[in-house]
Amino acid sequence: MSPARRSFLLWLLAMLAGAAIVWHSRFTADMSFFLPSKPTAEQQVLVDQLKEGAVARLLMVAISGGNVEQRATLSRDLRGRLGKMPEFTSVQNGQSGSESADRDFLFKHRYLLSPSVRPERFTVDGLKDAISNSIDLLASPAGMMLKPLLTSDPTGELVAILSQLNAGAQPDSRAGVWASRDGERAMLLIQTHALGSDTDGQETAIQLIRQQFAESRAASGLSDARLTLSGPGLFAVNSRATIKDEVSQLSLISSIAIIAVLFFVYRSLRLLTLGLLPVVSGALAGVVAVSLAYGTVFGITVGFGSALIGEAVDYSIYYFVQSSRMGVDAWRERFWPTIRLGVLTSISGFAALLFSGFPGLAQLGLYSLAGVLTAALVTRFVLPQLAGTTIERRDLTPLGHLLERSIGQVQRLRWPMLVLAIAAATTLYLDRDSLWNPELSALSPVSQADQQVDLALRADMAAPDSRYLVVINAADQETALQMAERTGLQLDRLVESGQLGGYDSPTRFLPSQLSQAQRQASLPSSDELAPRLKTALQDAPLAASKLDRFLADIESARRQPEITPASLAGTQLALAVDAMLLKHAQGWSVLLPLRPPQDGSAMIDAAAVRAALTGDTAGQVLFIDMKGEFDKLYNDYLHEASQLSLAGLAIIVLLLAITLRSPRRLGRVLLPLILAVLIVIGGLHLLGERLHLLHLIGMLLIVAVGSNYALFFDRADEATGPDPETLASMLVANLTTAIGFGTLGLSNVPILHAVGVTVGPGAVLALLLAAIFAPRGTAG
Amino acid sequence: MIKRLFAGLILAALTIPALAAFDLGQLMGELARHKGGKARFVEKKYLAVLDKPVVSSGEMSYTAPDRLEKRTLMPKVETLLLDKDMLSIEREKQKLTINLSNQPEALAFIDSIRGTLTGNRAALEKNYALFLSGNLDKWTLTLLPSDQKIAALVQRITVSGSKNQIRSIEYLQADGDRSVMSIEPIDNR
Repeated sequence: MSPARRSFLLWLLAMLAGAAIVWHSRFTADMSFFLPSKPTAEQQVLVDQLKEGAVARLLMVAISGGNVEQRATLSRDLRGRLGKMPEFTSVQNGQSGSESADRDFLFKHRYLLSPSVRPERFTVDGLKDAISNSIDLLASPAGMMLKPLLTSDPTGELVAILSQLNAGAQPDSRAGVWASRDGERAMLLIQTHALGSDTDGQETAIQLIRQQFAESRAASGLSDARLTLSGPGLFAVNSRATIKDEVSQLSLISSIAIIAVLFFVYRSLRLLTLGLLPVVSGALAGVVAVSLAYGTVFGITVGFGSALIGEAVDYSIYYFVQSSRMGVDAWRERFWPTIRLGVLTSISGFAALLFSGFPGLAQLGLYSLAGVLTAALVTRFVLPQLAGTTIERRDLTPLGHLLERSIGQVQRLRWPMLVLAIAAATTLYLDRDSLWNPELSALSPVSQADQQVDLALRADMAAPDSRYLVVINAADQETALQMAERTGLQLDRLVESGQLGGYDSPTRFLPSQLSQAQRQASLPSSDELAPRLKTALQDAPLAASKLDRFLADIESARRQPEITPASLAGTQLALAVDAMLLKHAQGWSVLLPLRPPQDGSAMIDAAAVRAALTGDTAGQVLFIDMKGEFDKLYNDYLHEASQLSLAGLAIIVLLLAITLRSPRRLGRVLLPLILAVLIVIGGLHLLGERLHLLHLIGMLLIVAVGSNYALFFDRADEATGPDPETLASMLVANLTTAIGFGTLGLSNVPILHAVGVTVGPGAVLALLLAAIFAPRGTAG
Repeated sequence: MIKRLFAGLILAALTIPALAAFDLGQLMGELARHKGGKARFVEKKYLAVLDKPVVSSGEMSYTAPDRLEKRTLMPKVETLLLDKDMLSIEREKQKLTINLSNQPEALAFIDSIRGTLTGNRAALEKNYALFLSGNLDKWTLTLLPSDQKIAALVQRITVSGSKNQIRSIEYLQADGDRSVMSIEPIDNR
């Protein structure tokens, strides 16, 4: 077998194996792109909430159009349709019915649920106090609703239970169903069976809602009714669609543009095909590496591919254009070391990202590293074998000569460019406080429009702002609930002192077995209770003889089976407990959402809460400010990314220093790159871009990618400068790189956009500046 | 024939003085001119289940046209504030706010007081049939619910007063329980 055939077969085998791996890879577009790979305990809560939390399974739906009655009818109809489907665990629209089920449950289990049930409650004095309090309550306008309950609940246990609950935040209602604040839309709250991280499941659920609404609308004949939907699930589905669309569109655009450039240069279909070989191999190798290392491939990572195409195609351009006159062996000797150094600097840049705790960034790093390395290896070892020695292509020498002459012209720009860079640096320094976007949401692919709809629906729904949470971890459910009860007592003190507006707890509906047993043991027998009641009510306006139902209820409560999660089935309380009591691999977690104090500040004093949560449960009880955690997470990423970028830069400088062995040459290679970074970032800032961590990564990539050009100028003969072929190959390579990264700038996905707008112009500037600051002798 | 004439005479005797001296429009006009003020109240609730009435007392103030505050001092401090359609009740550390536009029955109930206070005849007649007796110095206005849903809660509301001052409000509930609130203006001039 000839060496060419052997190389080709080896390459083909590798490609087929790669394709097989890619075929079985899992592609995803969910939020885990942004979630830390090694989370702290607090961040783990964020991760769990986003993946499995009840909030991530909620969809908010608004129906507009028609009149109040028509909207209410549609809302009821939609609830009826969706409520029967297994895809939804709950569909709420404020219709009464479910509320009475809740009340029945609370009333039936009042003696197990009420925190006031203690032995003292049922002594003569305790009864006297509790009953006279209930009678006082009857004097109040609020108490009149309780009048029918007086004879069966004279101690007011239901009131004690209800007064713990947050009655404030409820959506408005119109015509018997929930409505928006202005009354113009009917509102529903839907919980999906699918987890928040199950984007396919969320998509199915959303389609079902839309389809059922369309049918319901058709049945009612209300053609102008419209459905608006929002929630984490919709975000996930839309982001995935956006990324999918953009990845295919941008790859197509950059591929066509690059192929057009290559065809102009090669004028040969064979060379064009061969020229794309390293790129295709690189892209495939990138996906394979990520898939093998991480199990799943993020859509955004693949989107990065179009940029990689532009970068990796350079090597074959250098090879074809530069080797045409001198032959393969001379090319290897003269140019390969320079290209190899360029490849190494690019790889150093990408490798720095590998160490990121931001999984998205680490994947981008691995993908690019594997891609560039493969493309370079294929160019070096496979391409010459396949291309053979006779390479017929368009003669680019005239272009090279033209470039040689223009270098002399552009070198007059040395001072203006220096001034421009200094101006950019000054601007950046002066505006250093407002350069960066401090929020993780800056990276989120969720569109501004979607976010606004979400905000509006959330306000209409009076949806809870689950920003502040206390999280309790324990090995089993009973311990978790007991700890939640103890923590509740600590939080009660904060509520009392006004530092906290209130909090929710699953133990309100599902107390620990211990509490239930203690409460049950507090209940006296009828024989004990009856005489006490008589004594207690001697001077009261309520005759003991009217309280037979009370005696009977206490008696049956003494033998009542304890409340388990199963006893809550069919009530909305089950939903609440579900949301706050989570089982996971390591055990159980209880979430206690906190409400800010009613002074309108909407902020909770974190230090006060942390101080209150000390004691025997310390360590297993965490206070979490979700927004704060997200911002902290982003700041950690940003901090880490700047360290990694500096490390990457340091490796690149070290690599160049070792190879060039001359501070003067090192300075000459680095100067154009640093000026390019300054001018690009200054320009982006002036155009109003808020920088985030991907811009930072982009800066590193400008240095990594741009060093190729500076090295070619550096390696050239000091007296004559690079030969025309080399100049032409650099221009073509630069064009394809700029196209590859530039198309990313068109993306609506912030991560891709940021890299595109930074590296695209950065690469062009790097070449231009490398030419401007090339040794004077080059002017020819 | 004589019977009909007799009946006619009685009717005329009943209506003519009312028409001539005092009618609903006149009372409403008087009430509408009242711009607000402060009063002490004592409310007694007679409940079948209790042997003695529950008594509460406190102060209330009214600012035309749509702000009514009722501060109960005995037996427990409690504040009820009606501002336009927002009703809030504050008791001990608890605060409950209800948007009445969501609760048509409660709104009708509230309108019986508010409509009387503001002299808004249209608002009252939306939910009640009105019967007036007495004269300007001592009048009694009876409201009978015309809506089934309201009638299921309250049988009859009787408001009595003198000139533009309401002196007592009595609610007779559908289950026979009854509450009487007597109002004593505080002269705040």
